Amino acid sequence: MDAIVAEDLTKYYDEFPAVDHLNFSVKCGELFGFLGPNGAGKTTTVRMLCGLTRISSGEAYVAGYSPLRELKLVKKSVGLVPDISNLYSELTCIENLIFMGEMYGLSKREREERARELLEFFGLIDKRDSKFGKLSKGQKRRLTIAAALMHNPKILFLDEPTIGLDVTGRRMIWNLIRKLNEEGITIFLTTHNIDEAFNLCDRIAVINKGKLTAIGSPADLKRKFSGSEVLEVSFTEKNAMTVEDISKIPGVIEVSRSGGSFKIIVSDPLLVMEELARRARSRRASLNYVNLRGADAEEVFLRIIGESYA
Amino acid sequence: MNSPNFQAIYVMWLRQLKLFTRARSRLIANIIQPFFFLAFLGLGLRSISLPGLSSRFGYLDFLAPGMIAMSVIFSSMFAGISVIWDRQFGFLKEVLVAPVSRISIVVGRTLGGSTVALIQGLIILVVSVILGVKISFIGLAPALIFMLLIAFFAVGLGLSMATRLQDPHAFPLLMNLILMPAVFLSTAFFPLEGISEWMRYLVYIDPLTYMVDGLRGFLVGASSIPLSVDIAVTATLCISTTMLGAYLFSRAEA
Repeated sequence: MDAIVAEDLTKYYDEFPAVDHLNFSVKCGELFGFLGPNGAGKTTTVRMLCGLTRISSGEAYVAGYSPLRELKLVKKSVGLVPDISNLYSELTCIENLIFMGEMYGLSKREREERARELLEFFGLIDKRDSKFGKLSKGQKRRLTIAAALMHNPKILFLDEPTIGLDVTGRRMIWNLIRKLNEEGITIFLTTHNIDEAFNLCDRIAVINKGKLTAIGSPADLKRKFSGSEVLEVSFTEKNAMTVEDISKIPGVIEVSRSGGSFKIIVSDPLLVMEELARRARSRRASLNYVNLRGADAEEVFLRIIGESYA
Repeated sequence: MNSPNFQAIYVMWLRQLKLFTRARSRLIANIIQPFFFLAFLGLGLRSISLPGLSSRFGYLDFLAPGMIAMSVIFSSMFAGISVIWDRQFGFLKEVLVAPVSRISIVVGRTLGGSTVALIQGLIILVVSVILGVKISFIGLAPALIFMLLIAFFAVGLGLSMATRLQDPHAFPLLMNLILMPAVFLSTAFFPLEGISEWMRYLVYIDPLTYMVDGLRGFLVGASSIPLSVDIAVTATLCISTTMLGAYLFSRAEA
């Protein structure tokens, strides 16, 4: 049985489909990423799966239960870490954890043991009696994740887990996420950070404007959407072409300039090269330097998103 | 999923109390206005005589019950509305994800918010006694119950508004545009007798009138409207807003 299944999962806000007929599944124990730009529908999907928002149409199964018909059973099986770390500022770390334990109906002994265990795991034991409001951003995020784990959920939803954190903070959270996954927890994370998705996840679903545009392991996605996709060019005349000129050429997904050279993400390298050469000639210039290479993670992502506009 | 979870209700109630005792600024903020009115208006206008006010009552005795009601109402409404603060700052999602019925969450918050409001009302009551207000001892127990009804009414109202309001910054605007005029028209500051005909209509349709008048009846023995009417109106409003708040909250999207 899969941990999470979505069948034609859809959410309408008035007439607008924020999430548009999503079909995907997440295996038990997988570290699954939902990658997409802001407003793509990632958080809305998570909210439907956790039962915070009503599903407009389609079906979903979380730990085998439907959020539409068996909501309480879904809630017992999942933990949610929202994108904003805001447990109660005036309560201490341990009080916040105990509070969550109480909400989940854990016994006094279970709550206290589990809270202590989690504080150790997340390196917050010496902050036990500190008020949540006084913690650093990274510490707050760690405690928020800990709070979602009080009831030992099989599935953990993490909505933008490292947003607003610095590099050290982010790496620490990544390590914690990996450790949790190694212990068997299915992790569903949403992010707009391409590095995060490609570094952490077993599989990634790319979502844009409510639709699923690609799904696969990071290696699969690179293989499928990479190849000779990035053209680096420069011209004999530095100002022969502008970024705007090049962006109008069919087959060009994205173009940026760095000094005298251009980096162009393309869907059809040969067509674009021909057109570049032709236009340069019409301005009494020619291609000076051409390099064709495979795309990195960010370029792969842009390619996937770019194809969804085609 | 709809049955009440008593542990969750108790936990939410206790949490509201804990937050109240720790957030001293919030404790003061909600009662600062009624306190100032009581202290400055009450003492300043001590010796004036108002139409309809028996000579055994000073203005301070008249004003105190209204200020107690005001602090209970402000505090309770704030407790109800603070749901949107929680929603905006993300915590409510975590609570809503817990396998606890929304009814339990609403009941817990209502009880918690009302308890805090009651405590704040009692503070103003104590201040009133210190300032010299003659409080009736017999009326104290029913007054407390009446204050609780007022608190439930205001929490329910606050909660109903919170589920509709997306922006917590609208709350101060609401307070000034709707709540303050309602308080002024409730006979908290001046008696029913002696005000112009057209204004009387507004006073009678103001739900706060019955709450202020009822509390005045219990605490100092001087109500302009029969107590039975005050109780009936307050109880009806209390049940209505509590049920409305619970219904809207149970359907609200997180």
